[in-house]
Amino acid sequence: MRSINDIRDLTVDEINELVRLACDIIEHPAAYSEKCHGKKLATLFFEPSTHTRLSFEAAMYELGGNVLGFSEAQSSSAAKGESVADTARTVGCYADIIAMRHPKEGAPYVASQHAGVPVINAGDGGHNHPTQTLADLLTIYREKGGFENLTVGLCGDLKFGRTVHSLINALARYKNVKFVLISPEELKVPSYVKKDVIQKNNLPYVQTTDLEAAIPELDILYMTRVQRERFFNEEDYLRLKDSYILDPKKLVNAKEDLCIMHPLPRVNEISVAIDQDPRACYFKQVLNGKYMRMALMLKLLELA
Amino acid sequence: MRVDAIQNGIVIDHITAGRGMQLYDLLGLKDLDCPVALMMNAVSGKMGRKDIIKIDADIQVDLDVIGYVDPGATVNFIRNGSLVEKRNIEMPKMLTNVIRCKNPRCITSVEQELDHVFRLTDAPNKIYRCIYCETKAK
Ligand SMILES: [Zn+2]
Repeated sequence: MRSINDIRDLTVDEINELVRLACDIIEHPAAYSEKCHGKKLATLFFEPSTHTRLSFEAAMYELGGNVLGFSEAQSSSAAKGESVADTARTVGCYADIIAMRHPKEGAPYVASQHAGVPVINAGDGGHNHPTQTLADLLTIYREKGGFENLTVGLCGDLKFGRTVHSLINALARYKNVKFVLISPEELKVPSYVKKDVIQKNNLPYVQTTDLEAAIPELDILYMTRVQRERFFNEEDYLRLKDSYILDPKKLVNAKEDLCIMHPLPRVNEISVAIDQDPRACYFKQVLNGKYMRMALMLKLLELA
Repeated sequence: MRVDAIQNGIVIDHITAGRGMQLYDLLGLKDLDCPVALMMNAVSGKMGRKDIIKIDADIQVDLDVIGYVDPGATVNFIRNGSLVEKRNIEMPKMLTNVIRCKNPRCITSVEQELDHVFRLTDAPNKIYRCIYCETKAK
């Protein structure tokens, strides 16, 4: 039984196939509207994440299937002390596929060892969130026509931002990708990502603290939120959270076809003034996320 | 100093000097009731100094633990006072319940019954990572 815990669980060929399938769903939605008829998705959200849960649920409904689950640990058997393994084994008796979000790293992997049905990691603490990366990849594909020959700027919290690490991991497998890593000193990409992924694949990269100066050469600008809970003290958070706000002024020298992305929710790191700019792609990312979750569930259920 | 030759048991030889104690702990040798000798800083022709552990009983030791602590060690199996097998040790690909994940965000920190499993992810640099959270073993 195949599960997806990490974006690296998928080969380049498999990602390309998921992208192809998602594009086909977008073009022929009616052809897929009953594909999951009679199937049930369980969304086991041990911590709330409205965006991700709604995306999974909408994806399953659009495939003609049904959804059950819970949206926070307090309303689940975990509140009574049940182990992840037992929850997975139990839910595997009801559902055909599971999407699990959990505050502890590795919990969805544990679930995948016991569920007997495919388990999709819908975010495990600061660790993995592969369907976010799939949404990012589909967005890049649809906006840029592929994954090669791109200069990708990543901005904000590059230290704790798992979506950033995961996207770097995914893009590092393609040709001629250059990374521009834009962050305050305190939130630089960890050395294991730099060494084990970027340098290992001999990819060019630059590290900078200056967002505005970096923008002109970028094909993609991936903004991230600087999260309060990642900081040990409030002062550091307040000092840094506003350092990297994207506004129309900073975009003056940007490319005409720049693609601005963000995993959402945003706080204020992208000014709402940019929402009307055709280069803003973050709400397209949300839509693409639903299509990629549809494609992924179809593949894991062996229905496409 | 002289440690009696053993009749039936195991001699872990060529342990890098200084690692004998760690190996003694991780193998749980303090819990055995048979004679165990830990010799530290023994003179070795090849290595200058080395540690040696002698266990005077026919027990099973976890070779993965030895491979993790010191892949250069050799394990000699003794029967009736003579050497019956000499084994070179390799770094194990997986380590189960030898070391513990110290990441407080790891699922193993809250679920007591989970095995602590580490995978060798980078053999030249001897790096093991938790299979759940990928935290590097220290
Ligand atoms: Zn761990």
